[in-house]
Amino acid sequence: MGVLGHFIVKRFLFFLFVVWLASTIIFIIPRLSGQDPVKEKLLLEAQRGGAMQTGLDAMAKSYQKRFGLDQPMWVQYTNFLKDLAKLNLGVSIAFFPRTVNDIVFESLMWTLGLMGTVTLLAFVLGTLAGAILGWPRKPGWLQYVFMPLLTLSAIPQYLLAMILIFVVAFKLGWLPLFGGYSPATLPNMSFEFAIDVLRHAILPAFAIIFSAIGFWAIGMRGMMINTQGEDYMIQADAKGLKGSRIFMRYAVRNALLPQVTGLALVLGTIVTGQVLVERVFSYPGIGDILFQAIRLSDFFVIRGIVIVIILGIAGATFLLDVLYPLLDPRIRVRNS
Amino acid sequence: MTESLSSLQADVAGQGGWKQFNEERVTPIKKYALRNPSLIVGSVLLFGMLFLVGLGHLVWETEMFRPLSAPTRLGPTGAHPFGTDTQGRDLLAVAILGTPLTLRIGLIAGGVAIGLGTVAAFLAAYYRGVVDGAIRSVVDVGLAMPALLILILVRINIGRELSTDELGIAIGLTSWVFPARTIRSQVLVMREQAYVELSRLSGTSGMGIIFKEMMPNLIPYITASLVGSVAGAILASIGLEAIGLGNLSDPTLGMTIYWNIQFSSITLGMWWWWLPPLAAIVIVFVSLFLISSGLDEWSNPRLRKRV
Repeated sequence: MGVLGHFIVKRFLFFLFVVWLASTIIFIIPRLSGQDPVKEKLLLEAQRGGAMQTGLDAMAKSYQKRFGLDQPMWVQYTNFLKDLAKLNLGVSIAFFPRTVNDIVFESLMWTLGLMGTVTLLAFVLGTLAGAILGWPRKPGWLQYVFMPLLTLSAIPQYLLAMILIFVVAFKLGWLPLFGGYSPATLPNMSFEFAIDVLRHAILPAFAIIFSAIGFWAIGMRGMMINTQGEDYMIQADAKGLKGSRIFMRYAVRNALLPQVTGLALVLGTIVTGQVLVERVFSYPGIGDILFQAIRLSDFFVIRGIVIVIILGIAGATFLLDVLYPLLDPRIRVRNS
Repeated sequence: MTESLSSLQADVAGQGGWKQFNEERVTPIKKYALRNPSLIVGSVLLFGMLFLVGLGHLVWETEMFRPLSAPTRLGPTGAHPFGTDTQGRDLLAVAILGTPLTLRIGLIAGGVAIGLGTVAAFLAAYYRGVVDGAIRSVVDVGLAMPALLILILVRINIGRELSTDELGIAIGLTSWVFPARTIRSQVLVMREQAYVELSRLSGTSGMGIIFKEMMPNLIPYITASLVGSVAGAILASIGLEAIGLGNLSDPTLGMTIYWNIQFSSITLGMWWWWLPPLAAIVIVFVSLFLISSGLDEWSNPRLRKRV
């Protein structure tokens, strides 16, 4: 276990390094561009309100003081990191005085709920489909059923989302067009509300699942083909084991592991893909908030969302990395 | 008599020439096309669409892509076969201009990403040591950060609209880490091969080995990665545009999607507005996907085992 402990510590240090580097980049970008998003936002508001422009500089100054932007760079930097360590993401400009934490975490629940279920479902279904496709003794017609499904993975999720909205919600009227729950209701704990939320989640979920299944199936199919020539497969065959046992315990068991690595690699794509699907459906998750924040140029909310997503992805990757040696004994041996 | 004989001979020679040409050149291509249908179908789809776009440039007034150049919200008619949108764009002109513009963003970004990625991969895998360590940590960190988010931050802070070419370059600069990683592992395998070893023993310089021994063998793989990168870049560009960070005056496919979402064309029942850009994007992605899996089959013969 000593080796494994060492490995976990190493991965954790890498996790901290990624988070630190990402926050540093996020800190530097606005200062490199020479633009001041806060001041620009104020200017915009002033233009909209037609207020007098004279007080603006003073206003911007007091803002800068409020956000500590008049202090030396390294003080700003350490303050920024300190705030981050406390998970304090600042105050929204557009929805003042709400904090970014408040806004982001409210929408995060919707995003995580949808994404967790959908990613898991797509992973299981896609891996299964790929395993069957990569198996030489499958019925021949399966090829013609699954292959078009794989092509779906090439279509971006938000376009599938638009097609689904048009056909299922607009033409057939079976499911709601947009939102996370009916506009007339308030979020509560009743059974009716749960059903309402579920009905709103079905279309976004299917948009993501349809295109993700192909991705997992393609990866799994390649891995299954690679197991075909292996010695342990020939041995299992020679022992006269049942086909189903060879399939599950020998081929799938060995082909499955790279899929887990694949999950770690595409987490970022999954999140950004979902951000856009949420935008198409006006789903009250993090993607919709991000769009609102971009529209209102609410810099602190945008920054907060970026930080939360990077934290989430780095954290999930760390967990997968740590779990991987537990799943694959070969990695444990190689490390020792 | 002699004349007819010679003409007959010429005929036979001609036939033989064609027959020989057929056997040497055409038959292998036909055979390969049968074995690798996805490459052929993908290319036909992509170039067929480009051909239609080129034809459109010749016969249609593309200046009508600007708002207010036509009556608004018209369904498909003779004067505007693809209809018009809420702001009075002729949607056929938008489709003709937007499709190559979006492909252009993808090509620029894919080129930048594969160029940077290949250089980084060779530096890392060939020279190993500190260089490898540095590049690998940059790549690992880069993979942990979603490029789209970094692009959003950069774009917000630049504070002005990027031209489509700048957008392509920006996307390329943030998406080279994945090709760098995969090409690096290919080079690592390759540098242990006997022919590279032999070349090194015969005193070929590092650059010589990279360009004369390794590059020719990597070209199929790099081409396949390029196609993947182009598809990824187009996906990223449409994503950026769909959340409102594109260039508002350019009629790219992504911007058309943006206007569609903005004016909720689906619930207005204006199917002619969202259907053409959607179909174009689907064709682009499906054809790139088919080409890329066809190239995979070419560069990675292990996949050739038909299953």
